[in-house]
Amino acid sequence: MPVQDLAILVIDENRIRASIIEDGLREAGHARVTVVNEINEVARVIERDMPDVVVIDLENPNRDRLEHFFTLSRALKKPIAMFVDRSDASAIEAAVEAGVSAYVVDGLKKERVKPILDMAVSRFNAFARLTRELEQARSELEDRKVIDQAKAILLRTRGLSEADAYKLLRKTAMNQNRRIVDIAQSLVTADSLLGPEE
Amino acid sequence: MSLIALSAGFLPLLDSVLLVLAREKGFAAAEGLDLHLVKETSWANIRDRAALGHFDFAQMLAPMPIAATLGLNPLSVPMITPMMLGLGNNGVTVSAGLWARLADAGAPATLAAGPVGAALKQVVASSQQKLRFGVVHQTSSHNYELRYWLMASGIVPERDIEIVVLPPPLLPEALGSGGIDGYCVGEPWNTVGVKNAGAHIATVKAAIWRSSPDKVIGMRAHWAEANSDIVAGLIRAVHHAAVWCGESVNHQEIAAIMAAPHYLGLPAELILPALNGQFDIGGGATAMVPEHFVPYAGAANFPWTSHAAWFYSQMVRWGEVEHKAERARAAAMTFRPDVYRSALAPLGVPMPLADSKVEGLLSAPTEVASTAGTLVIGPDGFFDGVPFDPDQVEAYIAGQRAP
Repeated sequence: MPVQDLAILVIDENRIRASIIEDGLREAGHARVTVVNEINEVARVIERDMPDVVVIDLENPNRDRLEHFFTLSRALKKPIAMFVDRSDASAIEAAVEAGVSAYVVDGLKKERVKPILDMAVSRFNAFARLTRELEQARSELEDRKVIDQAKAILLRTRGLSEADAYKLLRKTAMNQNRRIVDIAQSLVTADSLLGPEE
Repeated sequence: MSLIALSAGFLPLLDSVLLVLAREKGFAAAEGLDLHLVKETSWANIRDRAALGHFDFAQMLAPMPIAATLGLNPLSVPMITPMMLGLGNNGVTVSAGLWARLADAGAPATLAAGPVGAALKQVVASSQQKLRFGVVHQTSSHNYELRYWLMASGIVPERDIEIVVLPPPLLPEALGSGGIDGYCVGEPWNTVGVKNAGAHIATVKAAIWRSSPDKVIGMRAHWAEANSDIVAGLIRAVHHAAVWCGESVNHQEIAAIMAAPHYLGLPAELILPALNGQFDIGGGATAMVPEHFVPYAGAANFPWTSHAAWFYSQMVRWGEVEHKAERARAAAMTFRPDVYRSALAPLGVPMPLADSKVEGLLSAPTEVASTAGTLVIGPDGFFDGVPFDPDQVEAYIAGQRAP
């Protein structure tokens, strides 16, 4: 397979995600993969490696700078086009949804580059899932803390048991069509405003 | 009544203010629109996501929809601009070191484009190293007006100085850390440079090209055609926001709204100068720039096809596209005064009857023929006094070739 000969540059300020993508590309048999975390190095690396494919995350504020650099660079003999094939709308859609942008040296055959973009998209999505789950876990922990505080307030001010305090919070949330944690947060805020000064 | 959801991308710049106010002050809701504003990190993202339809429309650099229509971008789809997001708002800011040299060469601290440009020419001539200036995008009014100012001052970009692209929020820092010597950007990033990087505002867009456009509403031409009622409602909502924004009594409130983390995320006092024109330009000097950002007055939201034609002439000048008569026409027709007029017709507000104008014709505020009431526009034109006649684009382009 001639695919492995392609030089691929991955630009991502997120080092963990960058290394996940790099690993994926290497597992797929790509030996010429360079990762750049620091945008100031990009110009030098492009001159040195003359990449065929450049993968950059969409959150990177330096996309405009990179594109401008492409228009100036003498190292890249041909203009660089975004994505493999303009007509492949679903591939473009998937890439943008995942947060990936790819630049490809004009003239490269679609079948040579498509697997690289697919790989980047799937690794971006996998990374997003991981971080989303982490955030979810963190916010659930935060929610539990607030609900515990609210229960403690009800215990103290109304003499309710813990189970009854929770029931009251849940009933209020249902009546107001809000989340329990929002009701709990309101109660905690009100208590801090109305409570004795420290 | 349920609202129609509209999604729009923007960059953290003061001239996103009309979209923000359309949402925050209820002007969009009054037109039946639920406006979702998405803060983006690059103009490339704005361009791609607008082209793909992730955004129904976006705050765009004025030349962007033209470049899209001409097929200069990847993923190009024909775009239109039915409305401008005001006039002005840019400035050229330089490092403290460069300002000291400019002042030695006779640059006045008045923001006057001509004398500051003349001083810059002297500094450039005596510099060992090429000075480096940052702009926010290649296809931007910033790039074209900076280059225009340089060329009219006898400085040839690429030969005499280097121009690099950086996103607006990173420019002040790049100046502070010495990576660049100056930049052209919209507010509040000039003021941020003065406050945080000891920089100096050298001149402003309002001095280089008076009454000139910078940001626009850009949208896919097909989408606009298929959703003409929504587009008309959006134009009315942003129109009401523009009128409201133009009233100085509202400036404090506007600065507070824009200061929120999901908009600019900066202290209100750094946002206020762009609204009231009272600038701290560095080194303790101040300047009053009444025309700095014009949200509504003087037909500031009217998409003159001549403005589009000028941006096209600069794309040709800098080798981004080869001139062809039909391309010039397609570029000019990207701006849609007809769509703007028909949306606002029910409101009876004064709008120009002409679609285009000669830049540099009006040296004073002038009453022009309008759809209703009285309309005063201008003055307009470039600091070097060279007029731009949209009917003579070819001759204008030919005249610009020689450095």
